[in-house]
Amino acid sequence: MRAVKTVPAVLVLLVLAYLPYVPQTVPGLFPDRVNGPGSLQLLAVCLTLAGIALSYDVLFGRTGLLSFGHALFVAAGSYFLTTTMTTWSLPLWLAAVVALAGTTLLALVVGAISLRVGGIAFAMVTLAFAQAASIIVLRNPGDLTGGEEGKALPRAGVPDLFVGVANAPYRYWLALGFVVIAWCAVTWLIRSRAGHAMAAVRENEPRAAVLGIDTYRTKLLAVVVGAFVGGLGGVVHAVVLGGSNPHITTPEFTLSLLVMVVLGGAGSRWGAVLGGFLYTYADARLVELSGTSAFSVLPEGLRAVLSQPLFILGLLFIIVVYFAPAGLTGLASGRRLFIRKKETP
Amino acid sequence: MSTAILLVVTGLGLGALYFLAASGLSLIYGLMGVLNFAHGAFMLAGAYAGWLTMGALPGSVPVGVKLLLAVLVATAVGAVVGLVVEVVLIRPLYRRHIQQVLVTVGLALAGTAAVQGIWGSDPHPIDKPAWLAGTTEVAGAQLPNDRFLYIGVAVVVFLGLLALLRFTRLGLVIRAGVENRTMVEALGIDVQSTFTVVFAMGGAAAGLAGILYATYAGSVSPAQGASLLIFAFIVVVIGGMGSFVGTAVAAVLVGLVQQLANYYAASGVGDLSVVLLLAVVLLVRRPSIEAGRA
Repeated sequence: MRAVKTVPAVLVLLVLAYLPYVPQTVPGLFPDRVNGPGSLQLLAVCLTLAGIALSYDVLFGRTGLLSFGHALFVAAGSYFLTTTMTTWSLPLWLAAVVALAGTTLLALVVGAISLRVGGIAFAMVTLAFAQAASIIVLRNPGDLTGGEEGKALPRAGVPDLFVGVANAPYRYWLALGFVVIAWCAVTWLIRSRAGHAMAAVRENEPRAAVLGIDTYRTKLLAVVVGAFVGGLGGVVHAVVLGGSNPHITTPEFTLSLLVMVVLGGAGSRWGAVLGGFLYTYADARLVELSGTSAFSVLPEGLRAVLSQPLFILGLLFIIVVYFAPAGLTGLASGRRLFIRKKETP
Repeated sequence: MSTAILLVVTGLGLGALYFLAASGLSLIYGLMGVLNFAHGAFMLAGAYAGWLTMGALPGSVPVGVKLLLAVLVATAVGAVVGLVVEVVLIRPLYRRHIQQVLVTVGLALAGTAAVQGIWGSDPHPIDKPAWLAGTTEVAGAQLPNDRFLYIGVAVVVFLGLLALLRFTRLGLVIRAGVENRTMVEALGIDVQSTFTVVFAMGGAAAGLAGILYATYAGSVSPAQGASLLIFAFIVVVIGGMGSFVGTAVAAVLVGLVQQLANYYAASGVGDLSVVLLLAVVLLVRRPSIEAGRA
């Protein structure tokens, strides 16, 4: 049964892996031909964000932790990579190891402190930590983080395979590989004892505690695993985009992860991945859509508002929360989401 | 000495703004358990309503009167926005706290994007009367006058809300609701309409904070809401989640810490020391108090 269930995932993976060999153009859907550098770069970013959304779902969908600080760990992965490569001239693989170790350590400390409060207070505290990191990055201490400009990946340490317009397919496969790793990690986690404990904490934390589950350690594990996968996503993000962008440190980035997961369907691997992919795609392509002739018939004010992708995505998000609480994948399967159930007073 | 006075007064001024931003959040959270992410959008609504009002008034009106009208309009717009949001979006999701938070997140995204789409992402300068932009000398220190205005408004709002909570029937219901909402409902009191009133009050406070913060920054811009909101969140957590007096104390503390650290350490350290303060408060405080509240 389990083998049958993995068939669609493998099929999708095979199709995606073959895309760099498809020379056709799909008008409107992609900026150039499917295997052109523009399309593959866009797809690579979408896939990276899909994997990062999957890492956020470990906290939100699997454990029921509303964290507003996940950007901190993605940014940590990205910025540890670029700064160690610049400062110590490390090769890419070693810098990635250092970045992941640093991110995991950071997650342990931040998680241990912020999990002292629960529920909404946890959300606020994680938000504060992420904001602190965002401030540090923007202040650019000792010219380490590059401030608003971001930090470019030093050319010397990166293998030639990942550099240049012509090598977009390799960056695309790298992003695809990251999604596969994130998918496998999350699958392994949710089928383990710890994963079941997380589900128990999500459904009813006091009951889980009474049953003898150490809820604090369970939640801390969720934070750390989510941060590890998210940090890996940050590393891949930096390689795909050729550097660290301060946007991924902001609370808005975490909010967008939350929107992705809820849009797609929280607590479901397909949901998080689809949500992350579609959100990023829509965010990038809606701007171009608003420049087309179809839009020019609308009145000025409406056009100005609709040209903001976040306005459309924000509205869509509210609609999904109301009418499809299990997200887009939930619509397809009729699955009910955990937050659907009424909370007992 | 004069530097110390200057820092304390400017810190208090900042704390006053934080209090105005956080008071609405704290009231709403305390009674309804809703973490209102759209609070930043409410503040934007107030700030832009005030800015539009000042632009619409004829040039013959003195700037001070314009600003006063702008403040009144901003407060009213904030209240109306809060009222509408509660009735249309929050009420149908009664008791589903996480979904309520999600809706306010969507509203914050869409609201900020709408403002940015209509009026652009660049800051628009906002006029200040000369007396507000000037300084007053107290014990050798040149104190900016606008800080006194913020402190004054914050004190009035604080005392007003405190009186409302202590001496009116509405305040009694709110206080009882914060303490034990189920019991209040069981006693046959209409908590639902109280929610609406509290949301409108929170929106009004947010609108007021928005326009005053715009005069503090010298302009209105779409990014203002989010930046003020984060400090308001920190103030609410340090103040003890829903405790009104606690919020006021925390706002003053955060404003002072930020201003002093910015001066005596380095620019930018203030923001970080506020987060550090939050971590210390969380580590020292017994964790069990809020942990049960989801």
